Amino acid sequence: MNAASLPAGPAPHGGLIEARDVVLSFGQTPALRGATVSVAPGEILAVMGPSGSGKSTLLHCLAGILVPESGEVRFDGRRVDRMGEAERSALRRDRFGFVFQFGQLVPELTAEENVALPLLFSGIRRGAALAQAQAWFGRLGLDGLEQRRSGELSGGEAQRVALARGLVAQPQVLFADEPTGSLDSLTGEQVMNLLAAAAREQGTTVVLVTHEARVAAYADREVIVRDGKVTSLAPDRVAS
Amino acid sequence: MNDVYLREVYAQCMLWVMSVPLTLLGLLEREPSHGYDLKRDYDAYFGRGKPLPFGQVYATLGRLARDGKVMAGEAEPGAGPDRKRYIITDAGVTEFETWLAEPVEAEPHLQTVLFAKVVLALMLNRPAEGYLDTQRAAHLRRMRELTELKRTGGLVDGLLADHGLFHLEADLRWMDMTAARLGALAEVVRS
Repeated sequence: MNAASLPAGPAPHGGLIEARDVVLSFGQTPALRGATVSVAPGEILAVMGPSGSGKSTLLHCLAGILVPESGEVRFDGRRVDRMGEAERSALRRDRFGFVFQFGQLVPELTAEENVALPLLFSGIRRGAALAQAQAWFGRLGLDGLEQRRSGELSGGEAQRVALARGLVAQPQVLFADEPTGSLDSLTGEQVMNLLAAAAREQGTTVVLVTHEARVAAYADREVIVRDGKVTSLAPDRVAS
Repeated sequence: MNDVYLREVYAQCMLWVMSVPLTLLGLLEREPSHGYDLKRDYDAYFGRGKPLPFGQVYATLGRLARDGKVMAGEAEPGAGPDRKRYIITDAGVTEFETWLAEPVEAEPHLQTVLFAKVVLALMLNRPAEGYLDTQRAAHLRRMRELTELKRTGGLVDGLLADHGLFHLEADLRWMDMTAARLGALAEVVRS
């Protein structure tokens, strides 16, 4: 049986976050041409595809960073595409976490302050935020690096700090866009081990954009974005 | 269950490129050993769910002794069929070192079946991309199993899993490149 090339329909247990027939162009260039995908609660979904296929654009739509021209984006049943900028901003701050290819740490802040940022933006007192942030340093093997600035960290250390920042506020969804893209194989593996373990422990849903099969292998399920549409490779897989 | 399955599959792959006699020579270069010790170490490092039969160990040692690659010591008292300690000879060391220094043939394994499927699918105007996606799904499924094996297994299991993961990843890259050029390939094979 040809198990491939089936539409990437709803996740088996109903989606926590979903896109349906999403269309988005940048000027005259179409990026998404009717993308449909659904991610179940607690699922780690890998979004794969060649460069320029639209996989990062899909992530940005799911995360409420971009608003599609047509189609629907839902989070927990709510229409993200119909929210105003302020509401989407609050959603990103309170419910979502982010990790990008290059950690994008704030260079003026210490590693500990960087990790605490999502908590500070949520209105948590500085002392409490730093204490919560500090707990992540031991968990991710970063003990002793709390007071360093991003320029004083290796690529792998900076990415682990970024991972801690993405997870510190216990988001419902972590969006990770090529989180190991700037790292060597071994360091990338360490980051992915930590990401997958922490997400599973917290029950965090993860949307993982990657072009690397070894990274996608940490996910429960993969979809491929081709020419702005989503194809599921393993529709029979059920999230644990 | 997956672990057993994977170990058997990868044991076959490893054995395919790894000669049992030369591996035993390598183990003997470390230190003189009884047949039992060789089997135990072979199974621990290279067997991966497919133990080397005692018969094959002693038959191999017998051939190596006949060819002057190892020497058998005097029989030692004790239980079991063979209590001889085997020692590698200079000729054995030379053969082992030569083998170790030679690169393994860079064999494009995948071409045999998948390449034929893609070409035939294109020739017959069938969905080549669908076949590639099916293969992709199988590869990714195996990679997920190996990644889990790395997470739950020891360092040696992880090393073996890495071997499989990198090969599967290379296959996937070939599939990506092929998928990107299906139109051009179709023109060539149909002309």
